[in-house]
Amino acid sequence: MLVGPNGAGKTTLLNVVAGLVCYKGSVLFDGAPVDSLPARKRNVGYVFQDLVLFPHMNVTTNVAYGIQALDWPQDRIERRVTELLEVLRIPRLASRYPTKLSGGEKQRVALARALAAHPKILLLDEPFNNLDRQTTRLLRTELKLLQRDLGTTMIIVTHDLTEVEGIADRIAIMLEGRIEQVGRPDEVLLSPGGTKTAECIGFPNVLACQKTRDLGHGLATVACDGIDIVVPHNRSPIRKIIVWPRDVLVSLYPPPSQVNAFEGLLSEIIRQPGSVQMVVEVGGCRLMAELPQQLFESMSIAEGDKVYLELNLMKIRTYEEYGISSSQN
Amino acid sequence: MYGVIPVAIALVAWEAVARLDLVPGGMFFPPFSMVIEEIYDLAMTGVLAENFMPSLLRVVIGLASGSVVGLLIGTAMGWNRQVGRTLGPIISLLYPIPALGWLPLMMIWIGINELLPITIIFICTFFPICYTTATGIKSVDLRFVQAARSLGASDLRILITVIFPMALPDIFTGLRLEAGMAWRVIIAAEMVAIPTGIGALLMKAESLVRVDIILACLLILSVMCFCFERMFLFLESSLIDRWR
Repeated sequence: MLVGPNGAGKTTLLNVVAGLVCYKGSVLFDGAPVDSLPARKRNVGYVFQDLVLFPHMNVTTNVAYGIQALDWPQDRIERRVTELLEVLRIPRLASRYPTKLSGGEKQRVALARALAAHPKILLLDEPFNNLDRQTTRLLRTELKLLQRDLGTTMIIVTHDLTEVEGIADRIAIMLEGRIEQVGRPDEVLLSPGGTKTAECIGFPNVLACQKTRDLGHGLATVACDGIDIVVPHNRSPIRKIIVWPRDVLVSLYPPPSQVNAFEGLLSEIIRQPGSVQMVVEVGGCRLMAELPQQLFESMSIAEGDKVYLELNLMKIRTYEEYGISSSQN
Repeated sequence: MYGVIPVAIALVAWEAVARLDLVPGGMFFPPFSMVIEEIYDLAMTGVLAENFMPSLLRVVIGLASGSVVGLLIGTAMGWNRQVGRTLGPIISLLYPIPALGWLPLMMIWIGINELLPITIIFICTFFPICYTTATGIKSVDLRFVQAARSLGASDLRILITVIFPMALPDIFTGLRLEAGMAWRVIIAAEMVAIPTGIGALLMKAESLVRVDIILACLLILSVMCFCFERMFLFLESSLIDRWR
């Protein structure tokens, strides 16, 4: 997964891998250079940020385009298109034109088209842009399943790390045209290499856990720097937990539930374009919460005020003793 | 349907004004029904076919050949930057010359024969079609080309299956405009230099002060412009509307 802010060069990098732009240097697939191969011979599937479905072709023709260009026999083309439409659950759209498709449907068609020729590498540029949360969740699940079933190498570009958690084996942080850090998701999230990288991934709240107490039913209580938090739990003791600032709920009044609810002191307000980050001292730790600017202004709170935080159980990511444990999200 | 009502009202008004002699010099303003009668007479005597068919053939041949060559060269100019840069200045210099402006030169080079009006129609059609085709080809978003390349398509395949179809809206705009223009040009060319055709019939009627025949020729011209434009509109609609 390639993460970085707008203008970092992520799309350019994908275009280089696909051979769609001129570049200096070398691109290697399994150690073999492909620089002399034009784009059409690199066997790379590409789902563009704007999807770029051919408007004058219906769904079937769009999906079949690449394998027709490769001169597959007609019956094989038909079988492959039918198979892909079934896998992506869009067989009813076969004769529709792109202007008559929803955003999620277009994404699936673009994915089917990119996968048709069994590419060695699949490039996805901001695949969940402009999709609602539910569609994003569904497509994310499908991508996970495809990745597992096809074994295709995928490079997914996003500016929002939370979109593709659970899919990535490795994360690369790209800033201003350079790869700043590459590693497993837990390495990057738990140990960002520098302030700019931390800014890029969103300053998650990372809490070290000193003790884990199993509650059964897939839950545990962890003691993190003086506060007890209920988290999803597999088996092993939990080493660290991560909560994204936007998943920390803030209110001026005690929340009705006592689970994962804490009283704290607002110690710092950091204003960003369109949002406000708040540093809250809770027990022995500092938690960062993020609110949209309008909502923050309506609450009329200032540094030094008492606030109440609530952590959504479903949004907590846990990291156990022997590798990564995904959250329930 | 709404378009028919104003036309019907205008025709009824014409008939009434002419019948009621409301225009001075009544013989120079025959009623609509008399014009229709004259068209019938011309058709029955064979005069209409004698003059209409040559005009029709000239328009069809000139329009078809000008369109095909314009499409080919326009595609080359739009697709290949070198070709565009080479031919572009020449096309830009020649395009503004009105088609009829070529008539005296072509009369000397070709002489007065069937090739003359066809050449004028060819010139009238070629430049706008070449221009709109090149514009249409160049306006296709590069991302579609990149998408097609990433899917394994060759440049020729991309041109035929992606770029040209997506340029059709611009191309059809040129074809629709030129379809009507070809008729206007042929009439003018026949009035000036060619002894046969609807334009020539117009001039003969003028010399005999046969306003009914003049109006009949103009009515036929109007109908033919309309029919040709509608034909291209229908073609455009059947090829493009389902995906536009």
